[in-house]
Amino acid sequence: MSDAKVRQLEIMACKARMGVIEGTFNAKSGHPGGSLSAVDILTCLYFSKMNVDPQNPKDPNRDRLVLSKGHAAPALYAVLALKGYFPFDELKTLRKSDARLQGHPSMCMLPGLDMSTGSLGQGISAAAGMALAGKLDHKDYKVYAILGDGECEEGQVWEAAMFAAHKELDNLVAFVDFNNLQIDGTLDEVNAPTPLPEKFTAFGWDVMEIDGNNIPEILEALDRVTANGKPTAIIAKTVKGKGVSYMENVCGWHGKAPNKEEYDIAMAELNDELGRLGGK
Amino acid sequence: MSECIKAATRDGYGKGLVDLAAKNDRLIVLDADLAAATKTGVFKKACPDRFFDCGIAEGNMMGVAAGLATCGYTVFASSFAMFAAGRAFEQVRNSIGYPHLNVKIGATHAGISVGEDGASHQCCEDIALMRTIPGMTIINPADDVEAYKAVFAAAELDGPVYLRFGRLAVPRVFDDDYNIEIGKGVKLTDGNDVAIVATGLMVNEALMAAEQLKNEGIAARVINMHTIKPIDRDLIIESAKATGAIVTAEEHNVIGGLGAAVTEVICEAYPVPVLRVGVEDTFGRSGPAVELLHLFGLDAAHIVDMAKRAVSMKK
Repeated sequence: MSDAKVRQLEIMACKARMGVIEGTFNAKSGHPGGSLSAVDILTCLYFSKMNVDPQNPKDPNRDRLVLSKGHAAPALYAVLALKGYFPFDELKTLRKSDARLQGHPSMCMLPGLDMSTGSLGQGISAAAGMALAGKLDHKDYKVYAILGDGECEEGQVWEAAMFAAHKELDNLVAFVDFNNLQIDGTLDEVNAPTPLPEKFTAFGWDVMEIDGNNIPEILEALDRVTANGKPTAIIAKTVKGKGVSYMENVCGWHGKAPNKEEYDIAMAELNDELGRLGGK
Repeated sequence: MSECIKAATRDGYGKGLVDLAAKNDRLIVLDADLAAATKTGVFKKACPDRFFDCGIAEGNMMGVAAGLATCGYTVFASSFAMFAAGRAFEQVRNSIGYPHLNVKIGATHAGISVGEDGASHQCCEDIALMRTIPGMTIINPADDVEAYKAVFAAAELDGPVYLRFGRLAVPRVFDDDYNIEIGKGVKLTDGNDVAIVATGLMVNEALMAAEQLKNEGIAARVINMHTIKPIDRDLIIESAKATGAIVTAEEHNVIGGLGAAVTEVICEAYPVPVLRVGVEDTFGRSGPAVELLHLFGLDAAHIVDMAKRAVSMKK
């Protein structure tokens, strides 16, 4: 991967972060922290890895993405908008009563969404079903799922993990956005689902551990996924609130929107970053 | 009508799946380690490459079904009613109902006729739970013939369907040429003194009750309400107008099921007395199925009593 390509993805991720702030600020609610931590993964998938076409969002041969941590919808919406599924300006309608951009993804309402999610633990099962369909149909598409680390406290995640390994769904790749914070505190303070690499390994998955806010590392991990009969879990260590100084690693920014002053600071910081990356 | 043949609705379900496979090459059947009991095992034997056992993990099974459905498969996901509608309620609601995916939930062992396994496995809440999910169709066949036909009717419908089957072998009510139309109740007997709206194994009890009532000079109109959602409003209202009194009969809690659905229509459209035969908001218990049905008042005798009461309540 060339430096220029990485730089382009970093620019795109920065723009997506601005979309997250734009959306949650206008909505006066939403989940900026866990959206910002997942932006780099989503950007790499949609702008470097996935075979998708915004003009043909239902293409049966497309790669799929299931945002199992559905509360990171603002990040997914921002990346989909940048990809061309709908106008970037529509991000300002997030959570409004006449909007297509629901608080959590609704596949019936917005093009580009492969599954409706939001209730934690459920998306990974649907992703496994899509991966099974790909095997049955002899298609070579991949299914990507993005889980939260706290989400791994849901028993269904492990039901799905067991199923995917048993059915040898090596076309399934699950990222765990490991930002170490959930609503009530750090993972350890709440009900640690850790250690995740050992758990996924024990369930029969291939496991990688990366810095999930480092674009070259994400790309390299995606390239290392092999068709060896095992699903892949990529435990991606991230910073909750990544890219906005006052949100980074602060638990309180899980489900709170920035006010006008905070919005201005966030946008100024992201604008500076965009300038530094040469993206203006 | 033949009363000599007995079969469980779950048998009609398994047979229906096998025959549906010949017509639908996008059919997938899932089960949660109960294939022998739900009768999807028959399908597994016939079409092993289109059957997947998800193990004892019903929540995941519903999600897998949803994922398969997004890829154009018609998916039947099976377990006991208690676990399909109860344990996996939220997965059915959020992963299947909300995106309106083409998943058919084949729930067997509904109601107290599960028998000896007892209350933990006797689901009398499933209709109530499934009725509250927008866009969910609910079918509760009366016999194995209707169950067989319901499999095909459900497959024809684009969207989620909850199919409710029983464990107990019950008298066959319908001939092979019987056809089911989703959302359309079936008038089985004529009569203008009282209407008995029944579903599932209570349809046969309602027919027996009507015979007894006839001997006592009461003409009962028996309606087989195989589809509980969407409920056949027109037939209910027409029957209320013709008879002026209604009894509902179901193997389910009197709260939230067929009785509730009929009452809702009647209260809003054409108020007449409605009495509900069902499980009186209590848990079941262990025992032979037929004994339990009598114990809980799910039989012709109780329908007869309620029908007389309903008639006496007419103004």
